[in-house]
Amino acid sequence: MTREYPEEIAGPYDPPPREFEDQEGRRITVRRYDDGLETLVEMYREFNPEDRAQGIPPAKEPQIRTWLEELLSADCVNVVAWHEDRPTGHAILVPDGEGASELAIFVLREYQGAGIGTELLESLLGAGRKEGIGHVWLTVERWNSPAVALYQKVGFVSTENGNFELEMAARLTDSDDDRS
Amino acid sequence: MKTLLGIGGSEDSLYALKKAIRRAKQAGDDLTIAIVENPEAEPTQTEIRDRIAEELSAAEFDAEITTLSGHPGSELVDLAERGSFDRIVLGGGETSPLGKVKLGEIAEFVLLNARTTVTLIR
Repeated sequence: MTREYPEEIAGPYDPPPREFEDQEGRRITVRRYDDGLETLVEMYREFNPEDRAQGIPPAKEPQIRTWLEELLSADCVNVVAWHEDRPTGHAILVPDGEGASELAIFVLREYQGAGIGTELLESLLGAGRKEGIGHVWLTVERWNSPAVALYQKVGFVSTENGNFELEMAARLTDSDDDRS
Repeated sequence: MKTLLGIGGSEDSLYALKKAIRRAKQAGDDLTIAIVENPEAEPTQTEIRDRIAEELSAAEFDAEITTLSGHPGSELVDLAERGSFDRIVLGGGETSPLGKVKLGEIAEFVLLNARTTVTLIR
């Protein structure tokens, strides 16, 4: 699919780790994730079904496992926000096989609206850029305005490719695409 | 029941073809398969026609096959009304690298504009 990326480079953002106090006064740490499946399975078992979008995360544990196994494979970039030893948010970049990466982010309901999403996305984009990723896209349901606002804040613009969903893209480097 | 399957050649529409034939056979439905123009799909209309013939003979089932030219969504909706179909059946969308379900343009148009029941096959 041809996709228009903005001229302007997003950020650039620093890769993780980063530590901050969220708007509820909780101490949150964002780190690259390489801890294996179980901790994240726990997080997604707690995930509020109302916050699912476009079919993910899957609702049942076996499907959650299969889905996470793919995301934790070597060529994906995973970043997790921790409150003490509890994972509260997860953001991912997955190569699309066409020279760019697809992005998604999930934050547990009780940690939403506290600024964690912004830090998580900035960390993920910073980590992605460090890995040589220059082009990132995502789709979001058109009516999900808090999510659209968050994506705009970190540098995504609408590509007008979407149907039900809005497609947005961000540039991390000035190269033409990510194929070497 | 009179069922209209729309197929444009995308992965999900080929999967829907297989399932729709099986269901129509089980339920004893009257199935019409309409080949539509999907510029985003790879197979040609002749290839799709061959694939349909293969699936029908494998299932030992018979269906009417028709080709619609022009805007696929509106042609399907139109045919469903003219032909007094009870249901339009389509593929349920493709999945992104991350696993997000993305509805095709044809499915989106038919869902919003059809007066009949619409079934998306996953």
